[in-house]
Amino acid sequence: MNNALIIGQYVPSNSFIHRLDPRTKIVIIFFFVIFVFFANSVASYGLLTLFSISSALATKIKLSFIIKGLTPVWILIIFTFILHLIVTKEGEVLFEVFSYPIFSGAVILGAAIALRFFLLILVTSLLTLTTTPIEITDAIEHILQPLNRIKFPVHELALMMSISLRFIPTLMQETEKISKAQASRGVDFKTGPMKDRIQAIVPLLVPLFISAFKRAEELAMAMEARGYQGGDGRTKLRELKIERRDWLTFFGFALVILSLFLTRS
Amino acid sequence: MEISFKNVDYTYQPNTPFEHKAIRNLSFKVASGTFVAIVGHTGSGKSTVIQHLNGLLTPTYGEVSIGDYKLTPEKKIKNIKDLRKRVGVVFQYPEHQLFEETIEKDIAFGPKNFGANEEAIKERIIEVMQSVNLPEQLLTRSPFDLSGGQMRRAAIAGVLAVDPEVLVLDEPTAGLDPRGQRDMMEMFYRLHHSKKLTTFLVTHSMEDALEYADHVIVLDKGTKFMEGKPSEVFLRQKELNEVQLDIPEVIKILFKVKEKLGISLSYKGQSTYDLACELKAALGGGSTNE
Amino acid sequence: MKKVFIAFRNVSFRYGEEYPWALKNISFEIFSDEWIAIIGHNGSGKSTIAKLINGLLLPQEGEIIVDGMPVNEETIWDIRKSVGMVFQNPDNQFVGTTVRDDVAFGLENRGIAREEMIQRINDSLDAVGMTDYILHEPHRLSGGQKQRVAIASILAISPEVIILDEATAMLDPKGRHEIMNTVNEVKNKHHLALVAITHDLNEITQADRVIVMSEGEVWLESNPRDVFSRKEELQQIGLDIPFIAKLADDLSSIGVPIKNQPLNHEELLIELWKYHSKM
Repeated sequence: MNNALIIGQYVPSNSFIHRLDPRTKIVIIFFFVIFVFFANSVASYGLLTLFSISSALATKIKLSFIIKGLTPVWILIIFTFILHLIVTKEGEVLFEVFSYPIFSGAVILGAAIALRFFLLILVTSLLTLTTTPIEITDAIEHILQPLNRIKFPVHELALMMSISLRFIPTLMQETEKISKAQASRGVDFKTGPMKDRIQAIVPLLVPLFISAFKRAEELAMAMEARGYQGGDGRTKLRELKIERRDWLTFFGFALVILSLFLTRS
Repeated sequence: MEISFKNVDYTYQPNTPFEHKAIRNLSFKVASGTFVAIVGHTGSGKSTVIQHLNGLLTPTYGEVSIGDYKLTPEKKIKNIKDLRKRVGVVFQYPEHQLFEETIEKDIAFGPKNFGANEEAIKERIIEVMQSVNLPEQLLTRSPFDLSGGQMRRAAIAGVLAVDPEVLVLDEPTAGLDPRGQRDMMEMFYRLHHSKKLTTFLVTHSMEDALEYADHVIVLDKGTKFMEGKPSEVFLRQKELNEVQLDIPEVIKILFKVKEKLGISLSYKGQSTYDLACELKAALGGGSTNE
Repeated sequence: MKKVFIAFRNVSFRYGEEYPWALKNISFEIFSDEWIAIIGHNGSGKSTIAKLINGLLLPQEGEIIVDGMPVNEETIWDIRKSVGMVFQNPDNQFVGTTVRDDVAFGLENRGIAREEMIQRINDSLDAVGMTDYILHEPHRLSGGQKQRVAIASILAISPEVIILDEATAMLDPKGRHEIMNTVNEVKNKHHLALVAITHDLNEITQADRVIVMSEGEVWLESNPRDVFSRKEELQQIGLDIPFIAKLADDLSSIGVPIKNQPLNHEELLIELWKYHSKM
């Protein structure tokens, strides 16, 4: 398992952000992703940065943990920045690196795009950090509800998603167990030529598939024994409710967007 | 092979919010040819310990030596494959690792990976099929056509085929019916002696630990709680109960006989029948100190 | 009054034309309020019986009656309302992403209103002592805890019979203990029938009646005491009696009278005490 990357990982807490309705978070992030592209001045970028950082702080997850968790993304961000330095040729020449001129426009553009990229990643990862996958599934089921009218199997899709989520840790454990068992029988997953390494996957994949099928079969039987007959006539325990804090959040976000347009140059 | 742990720590996912110390400051030494039972309730660190025995894990602190191989946090050992050839591990539900089209191929998989030649592999296959008590006719069948018990035997044959010097068994009898359990333990016991193996058995069955092991290590929350001869360790009922472990039935009944009837008999590996005779003699002896 | 809740009449079953018969012409009855243990070696057909009771499998020959209804395609959904089943693998029957969601699953299927659902979830988790874990995900639970959740899920739909299909086979001793305690409590509080399928004879001591299966046939129908007195025969069909019963057997073979076949330590000690005081 990769411990460094936090994208897609949920960190439990009881913060304001954690308690927001997942639909609120999804909708806000959706609009944030669009409006990031409207920022074009120092003030507007500053405003969005302030919004993102304070949201991150409001999750009560250590900022250092989040920043460190985005390490692989940092590499991309820095790469984008450098690429812009080299390619863009606007404004005046600031200085030269190995007789290669660096333009002021390149620094500004590069910084703006790197910052935009960073904000996008930060805010979207806040969703998964503060929302359990099952809440996201619920939210998607609700948001897709209108598609039921055109016979789109929304319930089945949501059930499939939630069962997959439920079994991800189980299958990860299983993968680890089988790969350890095969490593003990002399399989080398980590070194050697590419061809050998690809071959080494077979003794891992075959048992994994067999076990997944067996699980699926047993699960289907257990579901049937527990009275599952499809989505018709089912009630639901999980219910999503838009509360006051959600309205407050929407209002706050609207203010941020309004200010964004006021600070645009 | 002689095996020792020196002040070993192992931490999963260090420096994250999910950090978890599975074993801490664990030290023990096992002489070559010993049958060791590792007991402890779920989460006591048993499976972390055995994963060090063939280098699947390396300690985050301290040192593990298996014969001449040394595992330390500082450097990875180069000849890990050689270590794994000498230390065979039978994981829980080993039948889950079967994958080849025929049993023959599956058994040959390990020896092939460790570079044995065709001829030698053929000989080994015949030998291990006998050891695990499977008829040779099954060799050409798919492992997935077998019954659960047979599948497990085939998987074990695949580990034995490498001809290890150390055999690590992680609850090898889980899920088998009583006869299957007894046959399986008898098989490992026979192999232990005939092949002069050093055997590690992770088990929840105190009865098996008492019956087969020379040495028992009791783990609790990743540390060594006690170790010693099974017939001595299992007398410490109170302490074992504290770490949610039971003692073997035979010792339990002897304690109760002492407590309720005032007759003290000691357990020294006698059969149920011999025990019955001793009980009869003691009860009929006319000692009326009540 | 004793009422027959489950009846098997000359039932035979096989998994397909090319397979041997897994059950051969078996007949028995289970009463409401009864604790019945079905034991047998692996492959003796005992788990097949469980799946026939709630119609997960349908027999090729014979008839099965549950709660006065013959088990067939039309009745299975009604029958599943009164028959709850705990399977062997704790992982493969846990549908929900948390304990609460899992217990809810069966209730949602039956269209129970949300308010009542919450009430029933709380009550049934309380009954199995899992209230503190209500928001836990399955991978943070032990096998024993998952099985307790499975029992809670069944209690929530208030069935008339619970079938434990080797529900302890994959658990450690602690988990096994937890399950047997939970089952005991549940059995005492709610008046239901219990069918415990197992190969561990330590788990049958509290049963009212025991059905011993061998090679797809009912080999013996009796009570635990009688079963424990048949050491050799049981060993022949791949089962084993508990240590206490073995010791009692050896004692009586060398002339110590054991009048009442002991089921536990205390009963054996009483027998020994009787012998001792007569000397």
